Amino acid sequence: MDFMLHITTLHYLVLGAALFLLGVIGVLTRRNVVIVLMSIELILNAVNLNLVAFSRYWQGIHGPQALHGQVFAIFVITDAAAEAAVGLGILIAFFRNKETVNVDEVNLLKW
Amino acid sequence: MVWTDYLLALPITLLTLFALGILLIDLMLPKEMKWANAITAFIGVLFSAAGVYKIQLWMAASPGSLGMMRTLLVDRFAIYFFYLFLAATAIAILMSVRYLEIENENHGEYYALMLLSVAGMMCMAAGFDIVLIFIGLELMAISTYVLVGFLRRDRRSNEAALKYLLLGAFSSGIFAYGLSLLYGLAGSTSLPVINQQLTRSMADPQYKPVAIIALVTTITGLLFKIAAIPFHQWAPDAYEGAPTSITGFMSVAVKAAGWAMLLRILLIGLMPMRPIWVPLLVFVSIATMTGANFAALTQTNTKRLLAYSSIAHVGYMLLGLIAGTATQINADGIKGILIYLLVYTFMNLGAFGVITALRHRNVIGDELDDLNGLYSRAPVEAVLMLIFLLSLAGIPPLAGFWGKYFIFLGLISTGHYALASLGVLYSVFGLYYYLKIANAMFMGKAEKAEETLPISLPMRAAIAVAGIATLYIGLLPNSFIELVNWTLGITRT
Repeated sequence: MDFMLHITTLHYLVLGAALFLLGVIGVLTRRNVVIVLMSIELILNAVNLNLVAFSRYWQGIHGPQALHGQVFAIFVITDAAAEAAVGLGILIAFFRNKETVNVDEVNLLKW
Repeated sequence: MVWTDYLLALPITLLTLFALGILLIDLMLPKEMKWANAITAFIGVLFSAAGVYKIQLWMAASPGSLGMMRTLLVDRFAIYFFYLFLAATAIAILMSVRYLEIENENHGEYYALMLLSVAGMMCMAAGFDIVLIFIGLELMAISTYVLVGFLRRDRRSNEAALKYLLLGAFSSGIFAYGLSLLYGLAGSTSLPVINQQLTRSMADPQYKPVAIIALVTTITGLLFKIAAIPFHQWAPDAYEGAPTSITGFMSVAVKAAGWAMLLRILLIGLMPMRPIWVPLLVFVSIATMTGANFAALTQTNTKRLLAYSSIAHVGYMLLGLIAGTATQINADGIKGILIYLLVYTFMNLGAFGVITALRHRNVIGDELDDLNGLYSRAPVEAVLMLIFLLSLAGIPPLAGFWGKYFIFLGLISTGHYALASLGVLYSVFGLYYYLKIANAMFMGKAEKAEETLPISLPMRAAIAVAGIATLYIGLLPNSFIELVNWTLGITRT
């Protein structure tokens, strides 16, 4: 168990930042709507990782009742689920009319 | 939990109950009785307004009160926004009744989602804690995604909803990332604690870079929600594809909620970082006014034109924020923003109301050409539309003038002469595309000599209320300026 002691809050934050960047790059470069939605989930998971890591850090300072971050993370998880449900619903409505999930073909509306 | 907690949350609770009630009642209504849902929703809005009034009476002279474990701050600022949201929703419900019948999508979910999104907006305006603000934002945003895509069989509506969802969820993710870093720096999700801790973090070179990343991501999310350039791409698409009544609702209520959240977070939570975000906002507001005004020039679709005009208005309001935070919180600029949001609600909803009324039989009515000869087909509505357009352009003595007046006054009194003249220049520039619409209504010839436009009674009422409010605020602004002074706790006039 000795190696666990060397994992500090900073490590979690770096992992969180890496996930966040992967998510942003995914949203900006991928053309499939389902993968874009997955990239958004990745961003929200980076947020959760940050929140839980910070919560643990602050519990070390303020005592075990400092749970704000963990509560926030539960809310973010719920929100991600709601967003995925609505997102896939809208995607299915779109697919019924247009038979595609490619972002490049979402092109009726433009200036 | 004490009883005042429930009192402070009363308007939000009532809206949620009515939304759930509509979902239940909708199951029992036969298809030709669906208009009853609109009535239920309208009563819900009235009840909620009564709840806000009850809180206002109970608060009396006190500046505000905290509830729900210090997450909900119902102060005069929140109450002002509560009334604003409810007024916008009431008018939008009146606009929707006939429109949904024509589109053949008259489902109870429409009104239920509308009320739920208003509940979310109220959480944003009264949020004193980033968890509540974020949840309110998402409740509002997710409800609006569905409302934008409500015309299931219409490809443009599907596409608008998809674009809005992807960009909206993306921006919420970035915003949440910023909030998680703010929590990490402060050790608390409460805005005043974040404020205190940020002051300390800014002085410490070890934490300053994290604070700056948190600021940049948070502010990106905020600017996305109010649709400021360069984060505006979703707005024209979502506004064009959405059902017209929802476009009107989004352009005023959702935008006002975005502003309430932005003011709360920037003025309470992120105030210590003012030296960093003010230059950012100067850049964004200039880009917004320039980009939106030029893009609006070439539009042929009325909804898209008004979408760009509403982005331009965000630029003017950002000028107010710059004036409002020039040295510390300066009441003039903030007052300008609040008055602007109030007048903007009525004039923009009115303009979208007239466009919604153009939808009949097979005509969609959102192209500029569909407005041709409106004066001969519906003279009252055409004249009211002219009033809304001139008010949007900021011509005195109409309501829109007062919003711009206080913002430019705030800018001049804080010494931002260059920004003030740029703002005036662009608002004169904006007159061109507003008059393009007016030109089509009064000078354009309808393709075939058509009989008078059928406009339903609730729609007439909605447009009339918006028109009367625009004229009344324009001609007798004193009581409204008093109201905003009360909101900001200013005793002098």
